[in-house]
Amino acid sequence: MKFNIYDLTSFNQWIDKLLYDNLPAFWAMIIEMTLIGVAFLLFYAVIGLFLVYAERKVCAFIQNRVGPNRVGPYGIFQTIADFIKLLMKELIPINKADKFLFNLAPFIVIIASFMAIAAIPFGLGLHAIDFNIGVFYVMAVSSLGVIGILLAGWSSNNKYSLIGAMRSGAQIVSYELSVGMSLVTIVILAGSMQLSTIVEAQRNGWFIFTGHVPAFIAFLVFIIAGTAETNRGPFDLAEAESELTAGFHTEYSGIKFAFFFLAEYMNMFIVASIAATIFWGGWMPFHLGPIFGEWTLGFNNVMDYIPPFFWYIGKTMVVIFIMMWFKWTFPRLRIDQLLKLEWKYLLPINLFNIILMALIVLMGWHF
Amino acid sequence: MNNEHLIEKIRSFDSTINITQGPQYLTLDVAPESLSKTAFMLKNNPDLSFDYLFCLTGNDLPDAYSVVYHLESIKHRHCIVLTAKAASRENPVLDTVSNIWLTADFHEREVYDLIGITFANHPDMRRIFLDEEDWVGYPLRKDYTDNNIVSR
Amino acid sequence: MEDLILDNNTIQEEEYIINMGPQHPSTHGVLRFKVSLQGETVLNVQPHCGYIHRGIEKMCEKLTYQQIIHLTDRMDYLSAHINNEAVCLLVENALQIEVPERVKYIRTILSELTRLASHQLWWCAFGMDLGALTTYFYGLRDREPILDIFEETTGARLLQSFNTPGGLMNDIHPNFIKRVKDYIVYFRKKLPEYDELLTGNVILQERTNDVGFLTLEDAISYGVTGPSGRASGFACDIRKHHPYSAYDKVDFKEILYTKGDTFHRYKARVEEMWESLKIIEQLIDNIPDGDYTAKMKPIIKLPEGEYYQRVEAARGEFGVYILSKGEKYPYRAKFRSPNFSNLSAINKMAAGYKIADLVAISGSLDLVIPDIDR
Repeated sequence: MKFNIYDLTSFNQWIDKLLYDNLPAFWAMIIEMTLIGVAFLLFYAVIGLFLVYAERKVCAFIQNRVGPNRVGPYGIFQTIADFIKLLMKELIPINKADKFLFNLAPFIVIIASFMAIAAIPFGLGLHAIDFNIGVFYVMAVSSLGVIGILLAGWSSNNKYSLIGAMRSGAQIVSYELSVGMSLVTIVILAGSMQLSTIVEAQRNGWFIFTGHVPAFIAFLVFIIAGTAETNRGPFDLAEAESELTAGFHTEYSGIKFAFFFLAEYMNMFIVASIAATIFWGGWMPFHLGPIFGEWTLGFNNVMDYIPPFFWYIGKTMVVIFIMMWFKWTFPRLRIDQLLKLEWKYLLPINLFNIILMALIVLMGWHF
Repeated sequence: MNNEHLIEKIRSFDSTINITQGPQYLTLDVAPESLSKTAFMLKNNPDLSFDYLFCLTGNDLPDAYSVVYHLESIKHRHCIVLTAKAASRENPVLDTVSNIWLTADFHEREVYDLIGITFANHPDMRRIFLDEEDWVGYPLRKDYTDNNIVSR
Repeated sequence: MEDLILDNNTIQEEEYIINMGPQHPSTHGVLRFKVSLQGETVLNVQPHCGYIHRGIEKMCEKLTYQQIIHLTDRMDYLSAHINNEAVCLLVENALQIEVPERVKYIRTILSELTRLASHQLWWCAFGMDLGALTTYFYGLRDREPILDIFEETTGARLLQSFNTPGGLMNDIHPNFIKRVKDYIVYFRKKLPEYDELLTGNVILQERTNDVGFLTLEDAISYGVTGPSGRASGFACDIRKHHPYSAYDKVDFKEILYTKGDTFHRYKARVEEMWESLKIIEQLIDNIPDGDYTAKMKPIIKLPEGEYYQRVEAARGEFGVYILSKGEKYPYRAKFRSPNFSNLSAINKMAAGYKIADLVAISGSLDLVIPDIDR
């Protein structure tokens, strides 16, 4: 068995060979898909638990206090305790709510985020679905989450939930545009929508550096629009406690609320992953291009010592920290100011940026 | 303006007002019919211009229900107290001043709620603290009794 | 927008009525707003108070003047010391008792510390209402040393009842002066952080600029005093215009703006924090020696008549009206609460704006509900 932490493709091929050699093709395929599914579920759950804990600790750090530190060493089992509590809560049924849609809504949100995460490259050889239209797929699939939110608001039979869901829906649909277009800017630079190609193309330097000005602008726009997409940070009017109770998930209790909660954190993780993959090189270590001189080869070798998976996780965690920093520092924007920001500021900046990037690529003015 | 000028000015408008000097402020005592007119004059006369009503109190005096208005002029920085007693004890009614000083809106509702004086022409005469539908009686009256009052 | 502002009771057919409160994270107490909306725009706001009406005025008719002081704490509990001072000053002026200079200085210093603590709590709650959840912790962190100073000298953190007619209950603790001086140095460094975190923030300015206007005539007519009124240009600072205690011996500015929107109400309070620091600094080193109380009879009876005392509480003009018939209990005690008058203007300020603005406007008015209901 060749378990090379730097390149897990050989490991994957070994498992593949093992299964197909010993089982009929149909069963081998089923078992392979199950293995991948289970691996993803575990990853999803662990990251979800970790993110909730991280948010509480980061929030406490910014607010000059300690955060959870009782349940387990440094409070690492706090989220597990919270989940057990949520599992044991009574699921309060609603009288006049549409029961089927009411129960379906959280699942749609989870499924949408799950499908998006499947397409992201975690490392060399750790790429579950590698479409040639990877970026487009991730964008399309993560927008399905808004259906879940609108269903949740409508089927709760509650004025506040409805208002919250409508606001949320308007916000997400508007910011989709900005997210999409900032990604298109990088697709122009990379020349392909396939995620593995985009990562490979950053071997000589991450796009945020090689694409200088337009890539940097695209990154800023993406971070702002991505935070707004996930209803987080200064854009969380839809679920702000001091505005209209808890918005679209007011009527959900227990495990269903946990699903929404988890899906929000996973969406944040997905936005951060995409930002890390497309702008900061994904699992590609920090390389310097050969234009800086001969010594860069040695430098790149040193950078390669850290396995790709850890590069990816590190970058994603930095972006997540930035997003959490936003949330705990700024006041909230009002719904009309939020939409104004998107339609009057971010959209024109994006369009201008795309033209600028196209010009730079045509003229070859990038690194 | 000091007190002599104030007294002169007010007497020149209406000599039937009873003016006394209290421990702190000059006090005017008007009949309930001329309350509205006097209040209007106190606010709008440019030499008096009492535009700030800083306290509106309802009283349950032994002989009548009365309302005390404490007024200040921001321009001239003088203060005065206006009092009016309601004519009847069974059905105390006074004119509203909420069209003159907007703060009186809430304050008169409080007086109605706790003492029971009705204010004619008030835009929204209903109770403010106690339950509008169910509460009977006016707690700040001296003869108010309730099963819940504990005497010492 | 004029045609959208309705008077108190008109309800139209397509309106959507929403209740904010009485349990709501933003109303800072038990206050219910009945808001009628058209889409996101507020047409009419009707406050319903009385959820915490405790009958304080009725209780005062059976209590002696020293006992009334303990009830005044419980109204605007964030300006507890200042409310206590109002009753004491009323009794002292009515009986024409001269309190020692030392008492005046200490009362003023404690009043300004109370005002500072109250504005800090307002700042943290205001940020939290608008979504900047971190401000809550920064404000409370800076408020804790003040509460510790109070506890050491007066025995209580929030509701001190340290004043008594004639003077104070006890002399100040030996550590008091040093701790207050250290605190001033500490807070002077922290207050610019408040400006960096909230005042200069673009999102806050977008949320509060040009929102919730209150003109000068309306402020005077509705009786909106305190920093909320001064932001509209209403020169109502009792400390300046009708000075009491040691306020005539200190030099400070009355913060007046003319615009009257939410942002200027916010700024007026932040600037007042600086002025409070200035006042404490001028007094803390010069406290004269002497007695901490004047000689008073144990049973206080005010001569017959009506008395009124005004002080500047953290939220506006607090007044005590006592009608005495010469007995040891007042015949009628009425408290002019600043928050009651401030609240009466909310329909004027909030009508025509969005519902998210209602939260910002009521936060900038700095309401303390027990003061409204008394």
